[in-house]
Amino acid sequence: MSTPAATVVEAPAKPERRVGCALVTGASRGIGAATARALAEDGWAVGVNYSRDREGAESVVASIEEIGGRAIALGADVGAEEQADEMLAGVADRLGPVLVLVNNAGVTSDGLLARLGDEAWNHVLEVNLTAAFRLTRGVLGQMMRERFGRIVNVSSVVGLRANPGQANYAAAKAGLIALTRTVAAEVARRGITVNAVAPGLIETELTREITSNGADGLLGAIPARRPGSPEEVAACIRFLVSEEASYVNGAVLPVDGGMAA
Amino acid sequence: MTTAIKDQVTERVTSALVEFGEEPENVKPDSRFEELDIDSLDLVELAQVIEDEYGIEVTDADMDKIKTVQDVADFVSQRQS
Repeated sequence: MSTPAATVVEAPAKPERRVGCALVTGASRGIGAATARALAEDGWAVGVNYSRDREGAESVVASIEEIGGRAIALGADVGAEEQADEMLAGVADRLGPVLVLVNNAGVTSDGLLARLGDEAWNHVLEVNLTAAFRLTRGVLGQMMRERFGRIVNVSSVVGLRANPGQANYAAAKAGLIALTRTVAAEVARRGITVNAVAPGLIETELTREITSNGADGLLGAIPARRPGSPEEVAACIRFLVSEEASYVNGAVLPVDGGMAA
Repeated sequence: MTTAIKDQVTERVTSALVEFGEEPENVKPDSRFEELDIDSLDLVELAQVIEDEYGIEVTDADMDKIKTVQDVADFVSQRQS
Protein backbone atom coordinates (compact mmCIF):
# COMPACT_ATOMS: atom_id res chain seq x y z
CA MET A 1 0.00 0.00 0.00
CA SER A 2 1.42 3.36 -0.95
CA THR A 3 1.26 6.13 1.59
CA PRO A 4 0.17 9.51 0.26
CA ALA A 5 2.92 12.10 0.26
CA ALA A 6 2.94 14.12 3.45
CA THR A 7 1.96 17.65 2.55
CA VAL A 8 1.85 20.25 5.27
CA VAL A 9 -1.65 21.71 5.42
CA GLU A 10 -2.32 25.09 6.97
CA ALA A 11 -4.70 25.21 9.94
CA PRO A 12 -8.08 26.59 8.87
CA ALA A 13 -8.52 30.33 8.92
CA LYS A 14 -10.92 31.93 11.36
CA PRO A 15 -14.33 30.51 10.47
CA GLU A 16 -16.59 32.52 8.28
CA ARG A 17 -20.29 31.90 7.94
CA ARG A 18 -20.66 28.64 6.03
CA VAL A 19 -23.00 28.63 3.07
CA GLY A 20 -24.47 25.18 3.06
CA CYS A 21 -26.57 22.88 5.11
CA ALA A 22 -26.65 20.00 7.52
CA LEU A 23 -28.38 16.73 6.68
CA VAL A 24 -29.48 14.51 9.55
CA THR A 25 -30.82 11.09 8.70
CA GLY A 26 -33.50 9.47 10.82
CA ALA A 27 -34.34 12.84 12.30
CA SER A 28 -38.08 12.53 12.95
CA ARG A 29 -37.49 11.55 16.58
CA GLY A 30 -34.98 10.57 19.23
CA ILE A 31 -31.30 11.36 18.75
CA GLY A 32 -31.79 12.52 15.15
CA ALA A 33 -34.52 15.01 16.07
CA ALA A 34 -32.50 16.40 18.98
CA THR A 35 -29.46 16.70 16.71
CA ALA A 36 -31.41 18.53 14.00
CA ARG A 37 -32.62 21.05 16.60
CA ALA A 38 -29.14 21.48 18.10
CA LEU A 39 -27.55 22.14 14.69
CA ALA A 40 -30.32 24.59 13.82
CA GLU A 41 -29.56 26.46 17.05
CA ASP A 42 -25.99 26.77 15.76
CA GLY A 43 -27.30 28.41 12.60
CA TRP A 44 -27.32 25.50 10.20
CA ALA A 45 -30.15 25.06 7.70
CA VAL A 46 -31.14 21.46 8.33
CA GLY A 47 -32.44 18.67 6.11
CA VAL A 48 -34.60 16.54 8.42
CA ASN A 49 -34.71 13.07 6.89
CA TYR A 50 -37.41 10.58 7.79
CA SER A 51 -38.38 7.22 6.45
CA ARG A 52 -41.99 6.76 7.58
CA ASP A 53 -42.76 9.29 10.32
CA ARG A 54 -43.57 12.33 8.23
CA GLU A 55 -45.55 13.91 11.03
CA GLY A 56 -42.60 13.61 13.41
CA ALA A 57 -40.24 15.17 10.87
CA GLU A 58 -42.65 18.03 10.20
CA SER A 59 -42.93 18.74 13.90
CA VAL A 60 -39.11 18.89 14.12
CA VAL A 61 -39.11 21.33 11.18
CA ALA A 62 -41.81 23.40 12.90
CA SER A 63 -39.84 23.53 16.16
CA ILE A 64 -36.78 24.74 14.24
CA GLU A 65 -38.79 27.39 12.42
CA GLU A 66 -40.19 28.55 15.75
CA ILE A 67 -36.70 29.55 16.89
CA GLY A 68 -36.09 31.35 13.58
CA GLY A 69 -34.19 28.52 11.96
CA ARG A 70 -34.52 26.97 8.53
CA ALA A 71 -35.32 23.31 7.92
CA ILE A 72 -37.07 21.03 5.47
CA ALA A 73 -38.44 17.51 5.90
CA LEU A 74 -37.01 14.96 3.47
CA GLY A 75 -38.76 11.63 3.06
CA ALA A 76 -36.39 8.86 1.95
CA ASP A 77 -35.49 5.36 2.99
CA VAL A 78 -31.73 5.83 3.17
CA GLY A 79 -31.23 2.11 2.71
CA ALA A 80 -32.68 2.43 -0.81
CA GLU A 81 -29.97 3.80 -3.08
CA GLU A 82 -32.21 5.71 -5.50
CA GLN A 83 -34.18 7.40 -2.74
CA ALA A 84 -30.98 8.41 -0.97
CA ASP A 85 -29.53 9.85 -4.20
CA GLU A 86 -32.72 11.81 -4.88
CA MET A 87 -32.69 13.14 -1.35
CA LEU A 88 -29.09 14.35 -1.69
CA ALA A 89 -29.83 16.12 -4.97
CA GLY A 90 -32.99 17.66 -3.50
CA VAL A 91 -31.43 18.96 -0.33
CA ALA A 92 -28.49 20.52 -2.17
CA ASP A 93 -30.90 22.28 -4.57
CA ARG A 94 -33.01 23.67 -1.75
CA LEU A 95 -30.51 24.38 1.04
CA GLY A 96 -27.11 24.47 -0.67
CA PRO A 97 -24.21 22.03 -0.47
CA VAL A 98 -24.29 19.49 2.34
CA LEU A 99 -21.39 20.49 4.58
CA VAL A 100 -22.58 18.54 7.60
CA LEU A 101 -23.80 14.97 7.44
CA VAL A 102 -25.06 13.10 10.48
CA ASN A 103 -25.60 9.43 9.68
CA ASN A 104 -28.09 8.60 12.38
CA ALA A 105 -30.79 6.50 10.71
CA GLY A 106 -30.85 3.04 12.19
CA VAL A 107 -32.97 -0.06 12.44
CA THR A 108 -32.76 -3.20 14.53
CA SER A 109 -33.92 -6.70 13.81
CA ASP A 110 -32.78 -8.68 16.80
CA GLY A 111 -32.31 -12.39 17.22
CA LEU A 112 -29.69 -14.87 18.31
CA LEU A 113 -27.32 -15.53 15.47
CA ALA A 114 -28.17 -19.22 15.28
CA ARG A 115 -31.63 -18.19 14.12
CA LEU A 116 -30.83 -14.94 12.34
CA GLY A 117 -32.08 -14.90 8.76
CA ASP A 118 -30.27 -13.34 5.81
CA GLU A 119 -33.01 -10.78 5.42
CA ALA A 120 -32.60 -9.51 8.99
CA TRP A 121 -28.83 -9.39 8.48
CA ASN A 122 -28.92 -7.62 5.13
CA HIS A 123 -31.58 -5.07 6.03
CA VAL A 124 -29.78 -3.98 9.19
CA LEU A 125 -26.44 -3.72 7.38
CA GLU A 126 -28.05 -1.83 4.49
CA VAL A 127 -29.69 0.88 6.63
CA ASN A 128 -27.09 1.22 9.39
CA LEU A 129 -23.88 0.86 7.41
CA THR A 130 -24.25 0.84 3.61
CA ALA A 131 -26.46 3.94 3.67
CA ALA A 132 -23.79 5.81 5.63
CA PHE A 133 -21.18 4.74 3.08
CA ARG A 134 -23.30 5.90 0.12
CA LEU A 135 -24.32 9.21 1.67
CA THR A 136 -20.74 9.93 2.72
CA ARG A 137 -19.55 9.21 -0.82
CA GLY A 138 -22.33 11.43 -2.13
CA VAL A 139 -21.37 14.49 -0.06
CA LEU A 140 -17.57 14.27 -0.03
CA GLY A 141 -17.24 16.01 -3.40
CA GLN A 142 -19.14 19.06 -2.12
CA MET A 143 -17.12 19.09 1.09
CA MET A 144 -13.79 18.74 -0.73
CA ARG A 145 -14.67 21.67 -2.97
CA GLU A 146 -15.52 23.78 0.09
CA ARG A 147 -12.43 22.58 1.98
CA PHE A 148 -14.78 22.06 4.89
CA GLY A 149 -16.98 19.23 6.03
CA ARG A 150 -18.26 17.53 9.14
CA ILE A 151 -19.48 13.96 9.16
CA VAL A 152 -20.70 12.35 12.35
CA ASN A 153 -21.72 8.72 12.37
CA VAL A 154 -24.00 7.54 15.12
CA SER A 155 -22.56 4.20 16.14
CA SER A 156 -23.44 2.45 19.40
CA VAL A 157 -21.92 0.97 22.50
CA VAL A 158 -22.75 -2.42 20.95
CA GLY A 159 -20.19 -1.64 18.25
CA LEU A 160 -17.60 -1.67 21.04
CA ARG A 161 -18.76 -4.54 23.23
CA ALA A 162 -20.93 -7.64 22.94
CA ASN A 163 -24.70 -7.58 23.17
CA PRO A 164 -26.16 -11.04 22.54
CA GLY A 165 -29.08 -10.95 20.12
CA GLN A 166 -27.73 -8.05 18.08
CA ALA A 167 -24.99 -9.57 15.91
CA ASN A 168 -26.30 -7.77 12.82
CA TYR A 169 -26.70 -4.40 14.55
CA ALA A 170 -23.35 -4.74 16.35
CA ALA A 171 -21.55 -5.67 13.13
CA ALA A 172 -23.08 -2.66 11.38
CA LYS A 173 -22.22 -0.29 14.24
CA ALA A 174 -18.65 -1.62 14.51
CA GLY A 175 -18.43 -1.25 10.73
CA LEU A 176 -19.45 2.39 11.10
CA ILE A 177 -16.52 2.92 13.46
CA ALA A 178 -14.06 1.45 10.96
CA LEU A 179 -15.67 3.51 8.19
CA THR A 180 -15.35 6.63 10.34
CA ARG A 181 -11.66 6.13 11.04
CA THR A 182 -10.73 5.23 7.47
CA VAL A 183 -12.57 8.08 5.78
CA ALA A 184 -11.19 10.50 8.38
CA ALA A 185 -7.67 9.51 7.38
CA GLU A 186 -8.51 9.80 3.67
CA VAL A 187 -9.97 13.32 3.70
CA ALA A 188 -8.52 15.08 6.75
CA ARG A 189 -6.27 17.31 4.66
CA ARG A 190 -9.31 18.84 2.96
CA GLY A 191 -10.62 20.34 6.20
CA ILE A 192 -13.12 17.52 6.60
CA THR A 193 -13.58 15.69 9.88
CA VAL A 194 -15.28 12.33 10.28
CA ASN A 195 -16.12 11.24 13.80
CA ALA A 196 -18.48 8.88 15.55
CA VAL A 197 -20.48 8.90 18.74
CA ALA A 198 -21.25 5.61 20.46
CA PRO A 199 -24.41 6.07 22.53
CA GLY A 200 -25.25 3.59 25.25
CA LEU A 201 -28.78 3.20 26.56
CA ILE A 202 -30.61 6.33 25.46
CA GLU A 203 -34.21 6.95 26.40
CA THR A 204 -36.09 7.03 23.11
CA GLU A 205 -39.40 5.56 22.03
CA LEU A 206 -37.43 2.48 21.06
CA THR A 207 -35.93 1.93 24.51
CA ARG A 208 -38.61 3.45 26.76
CA GLU A 209 -40.35 0.12 27.09
CA ILE A 210 -37.14 -1.60 28.16
CA THR A 211 -36.31 1.04 30.77
CA SER A 212 -39.84 1.24 32.17
CA ASN A 213 -40.12 -2.53 32.53
CA GLY A 214 -37.93 -2.55 35.60
CA ALA A 215 -34.70 -3.21 33.74
CA ASP A 216 -32.65 -3.01 36.93
CA GLY A 217 -30.07 -5.41 35.58
CA LEU A 218 -29.56 -3.30 32.50
CA LEU A 219 -29.31 -0.04 34.43
CA GLY A 220 -26.95 -1.78 36.85
CA ALA A 221 -24.47 -2.13 33.97
CA ILE A 222 -24.41 1.65 33.57
CA PRO A 223 -22.16 3.44 36.07
CA ALA A 224 -24.45 6.52 35.87
CA ARG A 225 -27.42 4.28 36.84
CA ARG A 226 -29.73 5.99 34.38
CA PRO A 227 -30.39 6.07 30.66
CA GLY A 228 -29.13 9.04 28.67
CA SER A 229 -31.32 11.51 26.82
CA PRO A 230 -31.27 12.21 23.08
CA GLU A 231 -30.24 15.78 23.93
CA GLU A 232 -27.12 14.51 25.72
CA VAL A 233 -26.05 12.70 22.54
CA ALA A 234 -27.01 15.65 20.35
CA ALA A 235 -24.80 17.95 22.44
CA CYS A 236 -21.78 15.77 21.60
CA ILE A 237 -22.66 15.72 17.92
CA ARG A 238 -23.10 19.48 17.98
CA PHE A 239 -19.58 19.83 19.37
CA LEU A 240 -18.09 17.50 16.76
CA VAL A 241 -19.79 19.58 14.04
CA SER A 242 -18.59 22.89 15.48
CA GLU A 243 -15.61 24.88 14.23
CA GLU A 244 -14.04 24.32 17.66
CA ALA A 245 -13.74 20.59 16.93
CA SER A 246 -11.65 21.16 13.80
CA TYR A 247 -8.74 19.04 15.11
CA VAL A 248 -10.87 16.11 16.31
CA ASN A 249 -10.84 13.52 13.54
CA GLY A 250 -11.48 9.79 13.40
CA ALA A 251 -12.57 9.81 17.03
CA VAL A 252 -15.21 7.61 18.61
CA LEU A 253 -16.88 9.33 21.52
CA PRO A 254 -18.82 7.04 23.88
CA VAL A 255 -21.94 8.76 25.25
CA ASP A 256 -23.04 6.06 27.62
CA GLY A 257 -22.88 7.09 31.27
CA GLY A 258 -19.63 5.20 31.62
CA MET A 259 -20.85 1.87 30.21
CA ALA A 260 -17.81 1.35 27.96
CA ALA A 261 -15.35 2.65 30.54
CA MET B 1 -10.17 25.08 -31.73
CA THR B 2 -8.59 21.93 -30.31
CA THR B 3 -5.47 23.84 -29.32
CA ALA B 4 -7.59 26.45 -27.58
CA ILE B 5 -9.39 23.74 -25.59
CA LYS B 6 -6.10 22.08 -24.69
CA ASP B 7 -4.61 25.38 -23.53
CA GLN B 8 -7.66 26.14 -21.45
CA VAL B 9 -7.65 22.67 -19.86
CA THR B 10 -3.92 22.87 -19.18
CA GLU B 11 -4.48 26.18 -17.41
CA ARG B 12 -7.35 24.77 -15.36
CA VAL B 13 -5.43 21.63 -14.39
CA THR B 14 -2.41 23.70 -13.43
CA SER B 15 -4.54 25.90 -11.18
CA ALA B 16 -6.08 22.80 -9.58
CA LEU B 17 -2.65 21.30 -8.88
CA VAL B 18 -1.46 24.57 -7.37
CA GLU B 19 -4.58 24.58 -5.19
CA PHE B 20 -3.64 21.06 -4.06
CA GLY B 21 -0.32 22.47 -2.82
CA GLU B 22 2.04 22.12 -5.78
CA GLU B 23 4.42 24.97 -6.60
CA PRO B 24 3.33 26.71 -9.86
CA GLU B 25 6.83 26.61 -11.34
CA ASN B 26 6.92 22.82 -11.01
CA VAL B 27 3.81 22.26 -13.11
CA LYS B 28 4.63 21.80 -16.79
CA PRO B 29 2.51 20.11 -19.49
CA ASP B 30 4.75 17.05 -19.40
CA SER B 31 5.00 16.94 -15.58
CA ARG B 32 4.16 13.46 -14.36
CA PHE B 33 1.75 13.47 -11.42
CA GLU B 34 3.87 10.91 -9.60
CA GLU B 35 6.79 13.35 -9.67
CA LEU B 36 4.67 16.19 -8.31
CA ASP B 37 3.41 16.62 -4.78
CA ILE B 38 0.10 15.09 -5.84
CA ASP B 39 -1.51 12.16 -4.09
CA SER B 40 -4.41 9.83 -4.74
CA LEU B 41 -7.01 12.13 -3.15
CA ASP B 42 -5.80 14.98 -5.37
CA LEU B 43 -6.32 12.79 -8.43
CA VAL B 44 -9.84 11.95 -7.27
CA GLU B 45 -10.57 15.65 -6.96
CA LEU B 46 -8.97 16.34 -10.33
CA ALA B 47 -11.28 13.76 -11.93
CA GLN B 48 -14.19 15.51 -10.25
CA VAL B 49 -13.08 18.89 -11.61
CA ILE B 50 -12.97 17.42 -15.13
CA GLU B 51 -16.42 15.87 -14.71
CA ASP B 52 -18.02 18.99 -13.24
CA GLU B 53 -16.45 21.57 -15.49
CA TYR B 54 -16.30 19.74 -18.80
CA GLY B 55 -19.32 17.47 -18.44
CA ILE B 56 -17.29 14.36 -19.17
CA GLU B 57 -17.53 11.12 -17.24
CA VAL B 58 -14.11 10.02 -16.01
CA THR B 59 -13.79 6.37 -15.07
CA ASP B 60 -11.10 4.84 -12.89
CA ALA B 61 -9.71 3.22 -16.05
CA ASP B 62 -9.44 6.66 -17.68
CA MET B 63 -7.61 8.02 -14.65
CA ASP B 64 -5.20 5.10 -14.74
CA LYS B 65 -4.11 6.23 -18.21
CA ILE B 66 -3.81 9.90 -17.32
CA LYS B 67 -0.30 10.50 -16.03
CA THR B 68 0.50 14.10 -16.99
CA VAL B 69 -1.11 17.51 -17.34
CA GLN B 70 -0.89 17.05 -21.11
CA ASP B 71 -2.74 13.74 -20.83
CA VAL B 72 -5.65 15.55 -19.18
CA ALA B 73 -5.74 18.16 -21.94
CA ASP B 74 -5.64 15.43 -24.63
CA PHE B 75 -8.35 13.44 -22.85
CA VAL B 76 -10.76 16.38 -22.55
CA SER B 77 -10.12 17.58 -26.07
CA GLN B 78 -10.67 14.09 -27.48
CA ARG B 79 -13.91 13.56 -25.53
CA GLN B 80 -15.28 16.93 -26.49
CA SER B 81 -14.60 16.55 -30.21
